[in-house]
Amino acid sequence: MALAKPYLTIPDFTLSPRIDQVGVEERASRFTKRSIKKESKMNGLKLVLNMIDLTTLEGKDTDGKVKQLCYKAMHPHDAIEGIPTVAAVCVYPSMVKVAKKALGDSGIKVASVATAFPSGQAPKDVKIRDTRFAVNEGADEIDMVISRGKFHAGEYQFVFDEIAAIKEACGEARLKVILETGELGTFDKVRRASDIAMHAGADFIKTSTGKIQPAATMPVTLVMLEAIRDFYYATGKMIGMKPAGGISKSKLALHYLVMVKEVLGDAWLNNEWFRFGASSLANDVLMQIVKEQTGLYQAANYFSVD
Amino acid sequence: MEKTIKKSSLSISNNGLEKKPAAKRLEVLKTYKIYIGGQFPRTESGRYYIPVNAAGEKLANVCLCSRKDFRDAVVSARGAFSGWSGRAAFNRSQILYRMAEMLEGRKAQFIEELMKQDSTKSKAEKEVNLAIDRLIYYAGWCDKFQQLFSAVNPVASSHFNFSVPEPTGVVAIIAPQQDSLLGLVSVMAPVIAGGNTCIILASETKPLCAVTLAEVLHSSDLPGGVVNILTGKPAELQSWMADHMDVNATIYCENNSEVQQLIQQKSAQNLKRVFLCRKELGKP
Repeated sequence: MALAKPYLTIPDFTLSPRIDQVGVEERASRFTKRSIKKESKMNGLKLVLNMIDLTTLEGKDTDGKVKQLCYKAMHPHDAIEGIPTVAAVCVYPSMVKVAKKALGDSGIKVASVATAFPSGQAPKDVKIRDTRFAVNEGADEIDMVISRGKFHAGEYQFVFDEIAAIKEACGEARLKVILETGELGTFDKVRRASDIAMHAGADFIKTSTGKIQPAATMPVTLVMLEAIRDFYYATGKMIGMKPAGGISKSKLALHYLVMVKEVLGDAWLNNEWFRFGASSLANDVLMQIVKEQTGLYQAANYFSVD
Repeated sequence: MEKTIKKSSLSISNNGLEKKPAAKRLEVLKTYKIYIGGQFPRTESGRYYIPVNAAGEKLANVCLCSRKDFRDAVVSARGAFSGWSGRAAFNRSQILYRMAEMLEGRKAQFIEELMKQDSTKSKAEKEVNLAIDRLIYYAGWCDKFQQLFSAVNPVASSHFNFSVPEPTGVVAIIAPQQDSLLGLVSVMAPVIAGGNTCIILASETKPLCAVTLAEVLHSSDLPGGVVNILTGKPAELQSWMADHMDVNATIYCENNSEVQQLIQQKSAQNLKRVFLCRKELGKP
């Protein structure tokens, strides 16, 4: 197996490829020009719904709110048949138990943010305990944030070690690493952070916490998808992608699917390898599905609150 | 002889601004765009039509709106609804009055457009004046209809029971085909006075005043999205307007009974209120 070897050596991250900003933006805008209609649109919409991590990350979250969200995850819109469930429910560690119980054996995963989300400004041992707590409560997936401050200070080894330590604390749970691209500033840094995260053991790389603007954009996602592709060619290991924040319209979500297909291919077009972190996207997708079926433009007040 | 030489030297010294028999100046024609969410976009469809007046003159290139323009307009009308209906009635009244003021200032333009659309000068003047008066009339109504239409109801138990009118929501309006300014103002003003938001499809054959009115609204402190004005063919859009689940009422002003029936049937899907104005609105 010639593929396994390069993975073991940790590259010099200062040598990560530089990104052509103009080229990336142009390429990303081209994905929005594809026309997806009728049957393929319907299939695309269902796929989008099935890729959503239904998220509630607010200080005011209560058990009741989380239970309601879990019900929505299992029964997005019972009025029509053949609608898939979402992929996962994403909550704070303190809500994992409630979510786990509410979801039961529905097959929907529980994802938990950890490591002093969203700032990540806490000592390493606190972050590890935060992660262990979420895993012990039953989280199937952990969404961690990287230490952006250390990253900007050039302490890549620190960032790398931290991700590796959290990965260890995750055990069986899959680890999503949030880069918070809105705070990284340039595509070069996004690419570098992606490379660090993937080499340190991330199962997924994720754009944003959703608390910082700008959150996920198509160009930034494209940079990360290309990092995943290069990593796959170098090591043979597949890494998942999760754009989060700012994707609330189904049309935009379909554009993202086009981008994934054209950059990474069909293998990534399922909720094992691609997710949307969103809350209001689900209802928009449902409204579009009902519009396709009935021919009537829909109104938000006929769909459950999320 | 001397004089002529003098004259020609004078015309040169004037830089050709006055005396030269200049080439005819190209007229700058107005682009008639639509009004959605406080913006003036073109139709997403990229289609246009050219209405013609009785004398056979082409009026303008006008957007031929598609169902998607209507869809976008509904989104912005819905977005504007909570803000507009939540405003103090007195403030709505001020804004309607402001519209009348702005309309007054642009009277000449409206009269000219009405005359292009087959009206005579005196009729056009009368129509514009009436439109201004009507705006003022409904400006007055904004903070008065609640009192007049509210009631304390007698009930045979120890409860206090009352009824107050509330705004209906998003209203889709197919404006009258004749009286293109007065008719439009007459259906629009009561709708927004009551705290609703609306999407108006302007007269197909006489759309000029509607688009100019949008500019008046735009400069009258009216929040974007409260009134959205589209141009195009009712035959194409009427069923979408009656179908849309996020529209709460439809207004249709013509006597075509087939269309009336269609609108009533489709509106039943989500129990829209339907207003069929059987008489022509606003005849002077």
